[in-house]
Amino acid sequence: MAKRIDVNDLNVYYGSFKAVEGVSMTVEPRSVTAFIGPSGCGKSTFLRTLNRMHEVIPGGRVEGKVMLDDQDLYAPSMDPVTVRRTIGMVFQRPNPFPTMSIYDNVAAGLRLNGVKNKKTLDGIVESSLKGANLWTEVKDRLNKPGAGLSGGQQQRLCIARAIAVQPQVLLMDEPCSALDPISTLAIEDLINELKSEFTIVIVTHNMQQAARVSDRTAFFNLKATGEPGRLIEIDDTTRIFNNPSEQATEDYISGRFG
Amino acid sequence: MSSVTGVSATDELPGPDGRPPLSADAASTGRVGDRIFGGAATLSGVVVIVLVSLIAVFLIVQAIPALADNSANFFTSREWAPGGEEPRFGILEFLWTTVTASTLAMLISVPVGVGVALFITQYAPAWMRRPAAALVDLLAAVPSIVYGLWGLITFSPFFKPVQGFMEDRLGWFPLFSPTGISGGTIFFIGIVLAIMVLPIVTALSREVFDQTPLAHKEGALALGATKWEMIRTAVLPFGRPGVISASMLALGRALGETIAVTFLVSALADGSPWTWSLFNGGETFASKIANNAAEFSNPSKTGAYIAAGLVLFVLTFIVNSIARVVIERRKAFTE
Repeated sequence: MAKRIDVNDLNVYYGSFKAVEGVSMTVEPRSVTAFIGPSGCGKSTFLRTLNRMHEVIPGGRVEGKVMLDDQDLYAPSMDPVTVRRTIGMVFQRPNPFPTMSIYDNVAAGLRLNGVKNKKTLDGIVESSLKGANLWTEVKDRLNKPGAGLSGGQQQRLCIARAIAVQPQVLLMDEPCSALDPISTLAIEDLINELKSEFTIVIVTHNMQQAARVSDRTAFFNLKATGEPGRLIEIDDTTRIFNNPSEQATEDYISGRFG
Repeated sequence: MSSVTGVSATDELPGPDGRPPLSADAASTGRVGDRIFGGAATLSGVVVIVLVSLIAVFLIVQAIPALADNSANFFTSREWAPGGEEPRFGILEFLWTTVTASTLAMLISVPVGVGVALFITQYAPAWMRRPAAALVDLLAAVPSIVYGLWGLITFSPFFKPVQGFMEDRLGWFPLFSPTGISGGTIFFIGIVLAIMVLPIVTALSREVFDQTPLAHKEGALALGATKWEMIRTAVLPFGRPGVISASMLALGRALGETIAVTFLVSALADGSPWTWSLFNGGETFASKIANNAAEFSNPSKTGAYIAAGLVLFVLTFIVNSIARVVIERRKAFTE
């Protein structure tokens, strides 16, 4: 199920602006990799290039290579739609489809894939909601609008929606930044469970969160405003937080800046 | 955003801080400025309500005596002889012509208008959006008499062979049976009306499609939706109430459109046989009243026309109520 991501010397541009420069890293399957760094350092931008969501923003393009196992995500024959069906994404603000019920939200991706059989849909909706630790809370109101749930529940609904299509990789862009501490805890527990099945990459502003949930941590930084963001280092989370190789990482971790 | 049904997609959206929109007066402080502004707003609201009520009262009061004198059935008769000792008049023909021509206009303009709005907001390159939108809006600025002229002089000869073709091939179907009338047929008027209301549908639909939150669009794309699938899962559902509002506003315009229709209609001769064909002529409410303005010589005659106007008023009212119900039913899902 889960696959490895290999990034080689990736530059990201918006129009003529170079947002991220020279990133190379490997994301291990069935593990959680956290991206940390100050605002504007390009970590979210870089995350979006992993499923080509940066192309949604006008002028967004990349140079370099991203491999999912042996598939080149940027090969000319590769359709971004296929990439996104393989690599799912959860956003900063919960974004369930407001006009759809809880059930339809989870089933949305499956329906896009042409799954019509009611039994199959029922089964996957249930297992996805269970997988997102939401089933017991919503099983009696599957036909109610998804927008009626609390923020934390909505975010878990979005996670259920993303895992329903059985992606290889799950990208999370600050998934807890709009949530209260209790809901955050629920999502973090969920991430711990999901990593047995998926490769997970999470962007977070919260260093404690990175320390709690991730196996490996990547630190991004930028020299100055207007300069492109760079990957400073990536290593085991315990090492990054206890004994980083780079001075900049240590400064950031210890709260000397950022 | 205002709309004929009084609801729009944005009404129910929470503010940027995630709180629900403030309900009326919850924020009033009782200071002078607040009281003046609140008073002025309330006054405007009351004026509109009073105005609509007065129009309804006017129509009813003027129509009742004429209706009481009418010796034909007002709803099922096709006669129109409101003068004389024993006035006989019925609205069946106008009702049929008005409703079918407007329905046809909707069948054409809503899909096309939504398509144009989707093109402008989702597909057109950035440099093209503003000019394209402005061009469509310009359609709305064309006076209706110009549509009438254009329809009569330019479009009518062009449409004649199309009608002939349809009569030949589809004439077996009652709606398309040949009538011998060409020019201002119901079908033709429906098309001209469709072009006239197109900018209304387009402008309002464009407005709501543009407001689709990026988060919803990205949500769909991240699931592996193609562009069209993204539009279907995120943009269209979000814009649905707005499109309904737009369509009703357009329908209201089509039902009441006067000048262009008056210019184009082929009035039927008295006693011509009933046909279901869309290639028949016939007056609409508005064109009948406008064509006969010179006849308002005595109260009973005038009353007959006012009664026809009243039916148009009620018709528009019903259409708007239906739209309101349709939107309300899905309200829980538009938050």
